[in-house]
Amino acid sequence: MAQAHTKNHDYHIVDPSPWPFVGSISAFIMAVGAIMWMKGMAMAGLKAGPFLFGAGLIGVLYTMMSWWTDVVHEAEKGDHTRVVQLSHRYGMIMFIASEVMFFVAWFWAYFDASLFAGEAKQFMRLEFTGGHWPPKGIEVFDPWHLPLLNTLILLTSGTTVTWAHHALLHNDRQGLKWGLILTVLLGALFTVVQIFEYTHAAFGFKGNIYGATFFMATGFHGFHVFVGTVFLIVCLIRASAGQFTPKQHLGFEFAAWYWHFVDVVWLFLFLAIYLWGSDWGRAAEKILV
Amino acid sequence: MYLVFALFAGLIGGALSIAMRLELQEPGLQFFTNPQTYNVFVTGHGLIMVFFVVMPALIGGYGNWFVPIMIGAPDMAFPRMNNISFWLLPSAFALLVISMFVEGAPGSNGFGGGWTVYPPLSTSGHPGPALDFGILSLHIAGASSILGAINFITTILNMRAPGMTLHKMPLFAWSMLVTAFLLLLSLPVLAGAITMLLTDRNFGTTFFDPAGGGDPVLYQHLFWFFGHPEVYIMILPAFGIVSHIVSTFAKKPVFGYLGMAYAMVAIGAVGFVVWAHHMYTAGLSLNTQRYFVFATMVIAVPTGVKIFSWIATMWGGSMRFTSPMIWALGFIFLFTVGGVTGVVLANAGIDRNLHNTYYVVAHFHYVLSLGAVFAIFAAWYYWFPKMSGYLIPEWIGKLHFWIAFIGANVLFFPMHFTGLSGMPRHYVDYPDAFAGWNRISSYGSYIFALGLLVFFYGLWLAFAQKKKAGDNPWGAGATTLEWTLSSPPPYHQFETLPRITGSEH
Repeated sequence: MAQAHTKNHDYHIVDPSPWPFVGSISAFIMAVGAIMWMKGMAMAGLKAGPFLFGAGLIGVLYTMMSWWTDVVHEAEKGDHTRVVQLSHRYGMIMFIASEVMFFVAWFWAYFDASLFAGEAKQFMRLEFTGGHWPPKGIEVFDPWHLPLLNTLILLTSGTTVTWAHHALLHNDRQGLKWGLILTVLLGALFTVVQIFEYTHAAFGFKGNIYGATFFMATGFHGFHVFVGTVFLIVCLIRASAGQFTPKQHLGFEFAAWYWHFVDVVWLFLFLAIYLWGSDWGRAAEKILV
Repeated sequence: MYLVFALFAGLIGGALSIAMRLELQEPGLQFFTNPQTYNVFVTGHGLIMVFFVVMPALIGGYGNWFVPIMIGAPDMAFPRMNNISFWLLPSAFALLVISMFVEGAPGSNGFGGGWTVYPPLSTSGHPGPALDFGILSLHIAGASSILGAINFITTILNMRAPGMTLHKMPLFAWSMLVTAFLLLLSLPVLAGAITMLLTDRNFGTTFFDPAGGGDPVLYQHLFWFFGHPEVYIMILPAFGIVSHIVSTFAKKPVFGYLGMAYAMVAIGAVGFVVWAHHMYTAGLSLNTQRYFVFATMVIAVPTGVKIFSWIATMWGGSMRFTSPMIWALGFIFLFTVGGVTGVVLANAGIDRNLHNTYYVVAHFHYVLSLGAVFAIFAAWYYWFPKMSGYLIPEWIGKLHFWIAFIGANVLFFPMHFTGLSGMPRHYVDYPDAFAGWNRISSYGSYIFALGLLVFFYGLWLAFAQKKKAGDNPWGAGATTLEWTLSSPPPYHQFETLPRITGSEH
């Protein structure tokens, strides 16, 4: 074992942890449960899908919580030397890069449908869209109402999180807390407005490409907002517990990075889907046909 | 652990392919009473070999073991994340195996639409839960690979020993760095694509259904935007391994080190912009096809740099034909054959004729089965003494090589002929005209399987005889850091970091 030796470097040799194994098993259970749920399959006469899925989900969430709690403890112990912190930064940047590529897939689907709505070769689609984007018969949101409001909410939350960061750097704990509280509230407000908007959509999720691309792209973004909000809440709790120093606050920094990433994705969604793809944006129609 | 897992999965994937060859040995149906089951076997073989054999062995096994050692680090940057990368694989593999035993197409089990999972076969063609298991299996395997990729990039960028600049880093580490970037940037797109499949199948969206304004070709774009980098993900680590072996047994540094490193970077970068050469027959406009032909041809340039640099490394070296070396030489030869047929297929006009024929099957088995898999075995015979501390008798590696070399060529070379004469893939039966070459192919697969027996006998011998390997069984040509450690290396090597001062790589 590593502890038996003296180590002459700054890297962090971690202790064995049960969480990777537990997490993988939970992911497996969650997957099986999800399929049984979606397909209405029964196991020994019982439609176990939702229960299995729920159990797996709890396992995954519990794994995440315990794993990151361990990491926070190690950070408090001082295991995270400068070089280890740099590793964590690399890791978070890579993670966000892979998330960006995930959204690329959804934008790709959207532009495949919107830019080529009038392609004659795809005659069935042409019949469906009428060569228009948004497709004929689909009434979309006015970008200058709720979507613009949400844009402003998210942009403001981006400034409040930066305020919290600067407060932290100047060891202004009160400012840190208020900045975080405001950011969390704005994030929650965004989610509420988004749900309100969804319930008033004049188009369905099923059976049309506009609804599919709209709901999946904005839906995954909304999910990321939710995750980011939880991340910020965790930071708020940690800040209240007296954690984070002006020198070392990777957890906070990563939450802020993540928040800005979510922010930027929204700007692209707003520009591409809400604005350009709206009736207002129909100036583009001539190019499309 | 990754290697043991890959061996296990490899046996299952190999058994599926032997079953396919048994069926194809004679025209008519012999073993598969339900032809759909044959297609399920084809799909299972493809997915298992790609995601659960080649990737875990090359990246998970050799990568995780030797990248930290070669760059002089005590471990990977995120050991726990490495651990979950591994444990997700059995979960994903279990889902894939379950998928073969639950209903797919009405009335039969498993998904039979090929590893590419194209709609509409994957949306309306298989309403049963089989493909849903397959999709979530890919999600989990993908998550595992993304975490692994993050780990590799961080380790290589942040944990190199003092003095080891990127331009002094061993080529295997370079190859893993490029591979990791490909994984990181391509897999999320696949995740998006199969999520669309999932919602199309279960929640009524119409991403790939033209009746609702969707586009089935969109799936092909998304899939191959992942799929093409994926083939380089499987072959780049092999490039790295072969560079080390050739240099060790020619007792010369690799010729054109920087060119070799940047050739891999170039292959990785260009690999992202050639995906639609898998889709020449999907109705792309002529200009699009022209671009993709051109871009694909460009890849032959850095690949040529690599092949010729290996030859130049051997030129004038003091060559020793040990077992890893002959596997590496076999790799270079067979990979070149596969590469050359790749240049043929890159032409959209020629591909009109050859698309979905056995010519394509021959091409990608020459680069994967005879390329990546030969590199796995080369690395096995090269690094086994280091990993276990014991020697495998030389004659085992050589006998295994010759059996595998003959078997694989007898198996796959005739597929060029059947493909050129128009035999399509993914069919359980064929006209009598193709019988001759198919019988020979099947014999080849049995020969190759025989070689695996020798392989396992060698593994058994090594642990039965317990002949100590010593720190460096390969002598003066083996210059990378792993040979400075004991065999097997200690649990966390380099408690004091090595300092790299010389100019050697």
